[in-house]
Formats: sequence, structure tokens, C-alpha cells
Amino acid sequence: MRARAFVVLVEDRPGVLDRVASLFRRRAYNIESLAVGHTERPGVSHITIVMNADDRVARLVEANLYKLVDVLEVEDVSNVPSVTRDLALIKVRAGHESRAEVMQVGEVFRARVVDVSPDALIFEITGTEDKINRLVEVLRPFGILGLARTGRVAMVREQTPAEEFAHEGVL
Amino acid sequence: MTTRKTGAQILWDALEHQGVETVFGYPGGAILPAYDALLDSTIHHVLVRHEQGAAHMADGFGRAAGRAGVAIATSGPGATNLVTGIATAMLDSSPCVFITGQVPSHVIGTDAFQETDITGVTLPITKHNFLVTQTEDIAQTIKKAFHLAEGGRPGPVLVDITKDAQQRECDYEWDDSPVELPSRAARPTVSPEELDHAAEILNTAKRPLILAGRGVTLSGATGLLADFVEKTQIPVAMTLLGIGGFPASHPLNLGMMGMHGEAWVNQAIQNADVLLALGMRFDDRVVGDPKKFAPAARKIHVEIDPSEVNKIIQVEVALIGDLAGSLGALAPKVSCQDLTPWHDFIGDLKGDSAVRDIQQLPDSGHLYAAHVISDLWNLTEGNALVVTDVGQHQMWEAQYYKHDAPRKLITSGGLGTMGFALPAAIGAKVARPDEEVWVIVGDGGFQMTAAELSTCAQEGLKLNVAIINNGYLGMVRQWQEFFYDKRYAATPMRNPDFVKLAQAHGLLGLRVDKRAGIEEVVATARAAEGTTVIDFRVEREDTVYPMVPSGNTIEAMIRRPEPLLEKKGDKPLVKKD
Repeated sequence: MRARAFVVLVEDRPGVLDRVASLFRRRAYNIESLAVGHTERPGVSHITIVMNADDRVARLVEANLYKLVDVLEVEDVSNVPSVTRDLALIKVRAGHESRAEVMQVGEVFRARVVDVSPDALIFEITGTEDKINRLVEVLRPFGILGLARTGRVAMVREQTPAEEFAHEGVL
Repeated sequence: MTTRKTGAQILWDALEHQGVETVFGYPGGAILPAYDALLDSTIHHVLVRHEQGAAHMADGFGRAAGRAGVAIATSGPGATNLVTGIATAMLDSSPCVFITGQVPSHVIGTDAFQETDITGVTLPITKHNFLVTQTEDIAQTIKKAFHLAEGGRPGPVLVDITKDAQQRECDYEWDDSPVELPSRAARPTVSPEELDHAAEILNTAKRPLILAGRGVTLSGATGLLADFVEKTQIPVAMTLLGIGGFPASHPLNLGMMGMHGEAWVNQAIQNADVLLALGMRFDDRVVGDPKKFAPAARKIHVEIDPSEVNKIIQVEVALIGDLAGSLGALAPKVSCQDLTPWHDFIGDLKGDSAVRDIQQLPDSGHLYAAHVISDLWNLTEGNALVVTDVGQHQMWEAQYYKHDAPRKLITSGGLGTMGFALPAAIGAKVARPDEEVWVIVGDGGFQMTAAELSTCAQEGLKLNVAIINNGYLGMVRQWQEFFYDKRYAATPMRNPDFVKLAQAHGLLGLRVDKRAGIEEVVATARAAEGTTVIDFRVEREDTVYPMVPSGNTIEAMIRRPEPLLEKKGDKPLVKKD
């Protein structure tokens, strides 16, 4: 059992997400995260599904997804070079006495400050799930007031990863 | 030529273009525009007594004909009443198209009168479903529905059409172009390497066995399978739904496997060194404990649906695609070793036969269901199209009625739907009017959909209904006997007089409680013009043997205790009421 990410291209029709989610529920597959959005192709949506599965179950998930009439393409990106990203908005307590320190932590993680109020600020961070988890842990002692995450999105790499992105991590 | 038509007119025109001659349905508010236009269509409508009946009729039609049966119902309760029938068709891969009316599109989501989200409800029990709100989309959607229902692994497809889409007019011309579904374009084909791998396994096998499922019939591969067995001499075991895919009278046909299969069939499976699974899905009623199923066998799975491969049983090689194509490509590469020792081994196992022993018992004056079915098989010369319900009689049918041809046994295998038999038989009779159709049904299941006798009478259909009446929900009672210390909770039944019930419908009703009387009532029923109901008053607490308890292996098999039934002069096992 390990984390698997599937990239699923589907026809953008009402109820498609319901069909995909219903399949996971009906077959008792447990979704870790699910992210949906448009693609460069009109009428085609991109779904990234992350779940824990062994090889056998991963093949069954793929086969079952292909049985859905609205599903165009399924790729298990766990075994191919791919980029995966998660986006999080984190509202953290930051009064005037702790604000500088909180912002310093954010900087280390390359998180952007997108909102500041007298007692709190909101960070926006993109990165691997792991990186975001670490930031959340470091900020926790200051007091996390809110956390919203997108779930992972994934895309297969076209060729050998360029040097500058190598540190970003591959799922 | 383009003409102005309402959505309702387009619906029937599209169905006519699909070759539909009969639909099974029940009218109501949201489907009324379609029913109004029905009067101007060439399509015959069978008015059912409950929408569940319509669903089973469409299913029975689909199974008998090999093309989609059609059921139609209104929104809300009409649509939800179809649900059991849709699920039944789904689990047995039966081609059906269900058409439901939906409330007008502008009130969808407002909990309008008789509004149900039927596409939501049926999402996990259809192959696909559609909600149509635009008149312009009706014809193409119907075309897609048939394409999906009948293509690949068949299954039910539901088309939900709003009332306003049925009422509105648009320019219309039937479009004959083939259906294009982007997602269905490229299907994997079997590679030469996979074929070679499978052939290598079979060619080195000493104890190979074929497990034949419903896919053999669905793929039209019965002739190919017969040739393959002739050439290779590999014995064949069948799933319940596989019955008829290979002739029962063939010496290499071992019969049904699984929970109520003869001991030798399951022992052959456990002793096999190679299993060639054809169009079957290793259902738990076949496998028992998957960890202990044929542990020594190398397994080959020929299957059209990739999601069935390695679902229950891990196989060494899978040939994914249409079974006829795969088997046709595999056959020339296979040349089995001399299998005589394996045949001899199985031949020795056959000495242990519950079915034969009971068939050969002398008439004790009592009526046993096994005798009823065995005699029916003899009297109809094995040629009847039999539709069964679910329970003990279903297993006895599978054990004692020997089918030599495909699509001659119609039964709810996967879902095990009581109430299936009578309506499914109506569908089968409509599909194949020249067949002699026998309904074999328990007293419990019969009463679930007995109202469809009225449909038989109204349509003037000729069915023969054999009620195997033991005054119990027999299979449940059997489980209570074995696993719940004979505590018969809610299984004894007080039944109506089935002869009078038939008569109340203007039909012939007959009753028999002795084996000596079977021949005469069967002859009377066959000679009668309309549907005939026979009340077979059988032994109350009879049991289907052998039985492998759920989740177990053949070692845990429960056998008929000695003595077999009662011997002449013995007291009956159970007092009759």
C-alpha cells in the first residue's frame, strides 16, 4: 500500500464528478484527495485523485474508471516522472509581538503573505504535500486560525526534469 | 426528410429505428406526452401491473433475444419501482434500455410532485444513464443508450426525459450515422505474447479445466467452445449463468460448480492444475474462500471487462477482449496432452452424485421438487425455455433440468431477485413466441410479482407456471436449519389457493401432490391455450444438497444425510400439513 495519484481526463458534463466519486465510494476505495479543474481543451476536465492502494487495486481502479462513459483517459502517475502540487491558505495568529517571527518562517518556506490584519495574517503556499505539512507544523505553536487546502494536482513531465526544479520533489 | 416533431414523437421514432417492436411499461404524469404519441406508433405496449414487472420483462426479453429489452415508466415512484429490476439486469449483464419521464426541467430540484433524482439513484446500478432536458437530444441519446446497453459487456442504460422535452417540437430527421463515444474508441486487444503464454500453460497441463460463464453465450461463442473442447478434450464446469453455453448432454460437461454444484465438479476444480476461465467473474457463490480456491492451478482468464480481472482471484494471464475473438485466436495454438488419466480421475469422482441418486429413487408417494423438475425435463424433452425465480427451486432447476442450448435458462444469478421469474418469463415469451416457456418459481417469490398473471391474461400469453410450493421461504429455511439451529424465523408461509388465484385471472389452475400426477398436469398445462398455473405441493422441509457453506471450500460441503430421503415403508421425514 502506498499513495497513488491518478490523473483522469473526463468530459465536462453535469454529474461527471458524481460518477467518479460514486465509483470510489461504491467499490470502497478511499480517496485521500481529489482536485478538479479545467484543462487546455474545451469540454475536458482534469481530475487528480490520490489514494492508498497496492498494485492490484490500482489496476482495478484504472479499469473501473475506464468503464465510466465520460472518462476519456486515466493515467496512474505514481510510476512516471510527474509534478504534483498542493495549494494551501493558512490563517495564523500574528499580533505585533510575533508578526516578524511568523513572517520569517513563511519566508523560509517561500510562502506568500496574501492578507494581513492586526491580529493575524494569511499565507498562500504551493508545493508538495510534505512541504505544506511541515509549514503547518512550524506555524502551529503560533496558533493556526484557519486552514484550506486544494488537494494534490498532478501532471506528467514531458522529459527529464530540469535542474532548477529538481528540488521540488517528485511523487 | 426533416419534419417538425414533438419530443414524444421523436422518442417512438427513434425506438422504431432501433428495431423495437414491444415495450413494457406503466403510464403516469411525467411520461404522459410519450404515451399520447404511442398511439401513433407501430410499437406494441405491454401494460404491466407494477413497474418492477416491466423492468424484469425488459431484462427477460434482453436475455432471451440477445438485444435490448425496453421498459418505460413515469417519474418518481414509477422510476424508483424499476430499481430492483435495473440492479438485477446490471449484475447479470443483461441488455436493457429504461425510459423514464421526469418533471419539467424548470422545476427540477424543487421537490416537485413525483420528482425523484432517478439518474442519481441509478448511478451505481446502470452501465450509464442520461438526463435529457432538450428535445433535440432525444434521438441521439436513445441511439447511444442502445449502443451502450448492447455493446461490450451488456448492461442496463436509463434515459430520463423531462416532460417539457417530450412536449416541445423541433426539426427532426433520423440520423443513421454510427454512434461515436470518444471514451469508447480504442479498446485493448489480446497480444500474440499473451496468447502464446496461455497456450503454453494449456499445452503443458495435466489436469486442465474450463470454467464457462455467461460470457460464452453473450459473445456467441458456444460453437467455438464446443469445437475447442472437441479438440482439446478439456472438461467443462459451468457457473449458474453459464448453463446452456455448453451442452449438458456432452460427456465432458461436468455441470454446475460452486455452492450447490455436485461434489465432483468442485473436487475437479480443486484438483486442477490449470483453469481456463471463460466469461465468468469468480463470484463468491462459485469460489467460496478465494484464498483456498484451486490453489495448485495456473489460471487463465478470458474476459471482456478488465475490471473483472484479478478482482477476486489472481490469474497468471488474462486475455482481455471479446471472448469469441480470444478463444478463436487461442484455439489453433493449443494442443493438449493426453488427458485420459484426468478424465478417469473425474470419472471416479462421479460415483458420488446426489442428483443421480435422487433421480433414480422409486416413487414413494410423496412429491419432491427434484422429481418435479427432473420429470419436467423429461416431459419437455429438455427443450423448454425455463425461467426461474430465486431459492431452492432455482438450484434444483440447475441440477435437474439439463439444458443443451444457450438462452434456454433465464435466472437471476448475481442479484438473486425474488419475484423475477414470472415477469422475466413474459419478456422472454414476447422475445421468442415460438418457445415453450416454463416458469419455475417458489411460493414465496411467486407472490412477490403474482399480479403480472393479469398481464399474461390481458396479453393472451401462453406461459406454464410451476409453483414449487413448500409453504416456506425454502432456501432461507434451509440456512436456518443448517446455521441457525432450525429456528425458523419468518419463513413459514400461509399461502392463498393458487388454483383459485389462477381462476380469478381467467386462467387454468391445477394442483398435484403426488409424483404419479405430474405427467397428467404437465400434459394438461401444455395443451391449454392460455397461461396455466400448477401448484406443486412438494415436501415441506426438503433441502438442496450438496451445499458448500458460504465462504468455505469443498471440504466443508454438507451432504445429504443417509438415508437418502425416505425409503419405502419409512415414516416421512416431515409431516405434511
